[in-house]
Amino acid sequence: MNIVNFTPLSALIGGITIGFAVFLFFIFNGRMTGVSGIASSFLISKNNRIDNLLFLIGLMLGPFFYNFFTKHKIEILITNSLFLLIIAGLLVGLGTRISGGCTSGHGISGMGRFSLRSIIATVIFMAVGILTVFIKNFV
Amino acid sequence: MSKLVSLFCGIIFGIGLVISEMINPEKVLGFLNFFGNWDPSLVFVMIGAIIVFSPMYHLLKNKEKPIFKESFTHLNNKKIDKNLIIGSSLFGIGWGLVGLCPGPAVASLALFNKSSAVFVIAMFVGFYLVKLLDLRTQAR
Repeated sequence: MNIVNFTPLSALIGGITIGFAVFLFFIFNGRMTGVSGIASSFLISKNNRIDNLLFLIGLMLGPFFYNFFTKHKIEILITNSLFLLIIAGLLVGLGTRISGGCTSGHGISGMGRFSLRSIIATVIFMAVGILTVFIKNFV
Repeated sequence: MSKLVSLFCGIIFGIGLVISEMINPEKVLGFLNFFGNWDPSLVFVMIGAIIVFSPMYHLLKNKEKPIFKESFTHLNNKKIDKNLIIGSSLFGIGWGLVGLCPGPAVASLALFNKSSAVFVIAMFVGFYLVKLLDLRTQAR
């Protein structure tokens, strides 16, 4: 293991910002923030549909606001083939709904509540993610 | 008002993803490349979020109701079952393949990235399949 590209300060500040959003959603709307839950509820459930849609729209507006106020260009890199993107998207959709949470739902909201379920889920998806990347590096 | 809060929380969450660079799958894959060139940043994102949310949650969780809704949506599922393990594993594979999880995937649509759009559509198909095939209850 070599440590590279480590940006602890921006990671911590970004994390605190996310934690603040999770806290506000809880105390004002009484809900846990999990993006997979919010997105899939928007798709399949009538309950809170407008709330869920607005959260998702906000999530997309966030980068615009950041860009507008800081003038920083946001760069992302995705190099995967179309086929792999579809497989990965399907697995993420299926997996997060079968286990009831993703990086935000289990990793932040659930772990923040000290939920054993979420701690186990987070350990598993991180370990499997690390294993997947490890195998990918050999193929 | 609750609708305004939802929009606002989404915006703040999205800004957090940009500041922490978690919106970039390349950065997330750096974290998952634990046995190679490892970038531990994602751990700090989670620590940052949890140190803000966790104390406030434990301080306020016994309140009668949230400010803009009639009741808290408390999650009562405590079961450590097959669903939890299989689902988390499937998610881990998908996450490791591309480096996108639901939050960053949706947020990155704002950048008009074609790849993330394909991913998000496939992800929604996945959500729908779980509902359609009733995968959660069947595995129970």
